[in-house]
Amino acid sequence: MSEIKMRKIDDWRWEIPREGGMRVPGIIYTGERLMKGMGADEGPRQVANVAHLPGIVTASLAMPDMHWGYGFPIGGVAAFEMEEGIVSPGGVGYDINCGCRLLTTRLRREDIGDRLGALVTALYRHIPSGVGSRGPLKLSAKELREVLTEGSAWAVRHGYGSQADLETTEDGGAMAGADPEKVSDRALERGRDQLGTLGSGNHFLEIEVVVEIYDETAAAAFSLEAGQICVMIHSGSRGLGYQICDDYLARMVKHVREIGIELPDRQLACARLASERGRDYLAAMACAANYAWANRQLLMHRTRETFEKALGMGPRELGMRLLYDVCHNIAKIEDLPVSGKEVRLCVHRKGATRAFPPGHKALPPAYRNAGQPVLIPGDMGTGSYVLAGTERAYTETFGSTCHGAGRVMSRTQAKKASRGRSIPRELAERGVIVMASGRGTLQEEIPEAYKDLDEVVEVVHQAGISRKVARLSSLGCIKG
Amino acid sequence: MGYRVFDHTADLGIEVSGGTAAEVYTGAALALFDLVADAAAIRPAEERQVAVEGEDETDLLVNFLREVLYAWNGKGFLVKECDVREVSPRQLAAVLRGEPYDPARHRIKTEIKAVTYHEASLRQTAEGWQGRIVFDV
Repeated sequence: MSEIKMRKIDDWRWEIPREGGMRVPGIIYTGERLMKGMGADEGPRQVANVAHLPGIVTASLAMPDMHWGYGFPIGGVAAFEMEEGIVSPGGVGYDINCGCRLLTTRLRREDIGDRLGALVTALYRHIPSGVGSRGPLKLSAKELREVLTEGSAWAVRHGYGSQADLETTEDGGAMAGADPEKVSDRALERGRDQLGTLGSGNHFLEIEVVVEIYDETAAAAFSLEAGQICVMIHSGSRGLGYQICDDYLARMVKHVREIGIELPDRQLACARLASERGRDYLAAMACAANYAWANRQLLMHRTRETFEKALGMGPRELGMRLLYDVCHNIAKIEDLPVSGKEVRLCVHRKGATRAFPPGHKALPPAYRNAGQPVLIPGDMGTGSYVLAGTERAYTETFGSTCHGAGRVMSRTQAKKASRGRSIPRELAERGVIVMASGRGTLQEEIPEAYKDLDEVVEVVHQAGISRKVARLSSLGCIKG
Repeated sequence: MGYRVFDHTADLGIEVSGGTAAEVYTGAALALFDLVADAAAIRPAEERQVAVEGEDETDLLVNFLREVLYAWNGKGFLVKECDVREVSPRQLAAVLRGEPYDPARHRIKTEIKAVTYHEASLRQTAEGWQGRIVFDV
């Protein structure tokens, strides 16, 4: 394979010039130091591969947390026009609507005192996590269909949360156009008993404390203040989403051959947005997105119950509310500016987060002056960032920014690096309590397996595609 | 077992070789379950039939492993043995032997979400058949 050529645009952006079958150039948001680590990765080649797809608009983008994916890079953003353009299941990822939600509370660090350990243990007991874990509900076929079309609203309707939660969820926690008829029996079967489960791998639930405020005005709008206890939840659509991606990828691999689209990689298999196959995938994908939102809503409800019980508090005293919920594996039909004109596009964000600017109509009134809250989870025990969307993201990156730290070490490398070490003890020395159900999870998820979160966030902040609002530090974490 | 694990930043892959394509299909199925669970504890107590089609050998390998993986993450069935009964470049039928997952006896090592097409291949070389598959974990 030939080397991918890259040209520095400025301190935070690098261009992969258009070459061969590329329809548009590639642009990678990164810094000097992160750039150096990228050579070992095939990420830049994947950015160039995505630029080959029909109907791609402006550029194939990658965020600073980019790393090697299958087909599309993780951390990739690509927008397609509706007539000629395509939708690709591989551009969304297996875990459709994998995402984050941040819960704020009225508690301060000192209110938990020495009960932190008991609280983490209680969360670990009450939140189903790990490979093949089953949720608290076994849904009937009818109920599952309702979940797939209603999303978070289904959970709220059944007492798992409040109407206010829907207002602070991206898309109100329900994606339009969901059609359960487009979901296979296998996917439905896998979805029946996994609602309300965290999952495994990099999914987690973390108790965090706000340690730094960068933007007082935005923080006030988001009701964030230093010393405040928050909870970050990272999970997705579980087996149902993986199955939908798998089903449609197989169909589209066949389909691209029939319609004669030349692809540099089978995993980029796609269908025209204007075709029946393309529409079917979007309708099934929306079902998985809604399932994921209902899932995170249930996880939040269980978290609230566990806090109340473990700390002996009522709902008022605890004051747990949803700051925001974002998805970072999704394809969305959105109206976005292209060369100064609003155009309807299908934006793929695979390991990237929507970052809409102040004043955008999709934002709840309370956040309209600040911009959309963007939640960036770190690796285990590191904490998270809250950012806000910007006008520059809107005009330059299809309203998108990074999604997390991004892996630099493979799982095997991470296991090797952690051999002979006690990861829980190391984290405990940093004041973080972790509990995981999988034996290998803690080894695979060690902090050095990920890019430096501060560096990733600095790039998007300096490049102007989001703005730092607050930094949170980890106190306790449960993993699958 | 005749397979090698290679890994990429975010994923996990296997390379399997064999004298025939059938040996690679079998080897890949067993390698998959070697990654998922502690294979020593799985008993070949029950049978499951699998039949798949593909556009070519590579597609067939991906589709076969998708079915084999579904036995686990869709049906909770752990595979110990695999017999490829019929094979052509575009069709494959096999019998999987194993047992339903029992948390008391089986240890799950890795969650494999999916079998990807990413750089997937199955081809005949001077040394025999070589297969390569990346799993999403």
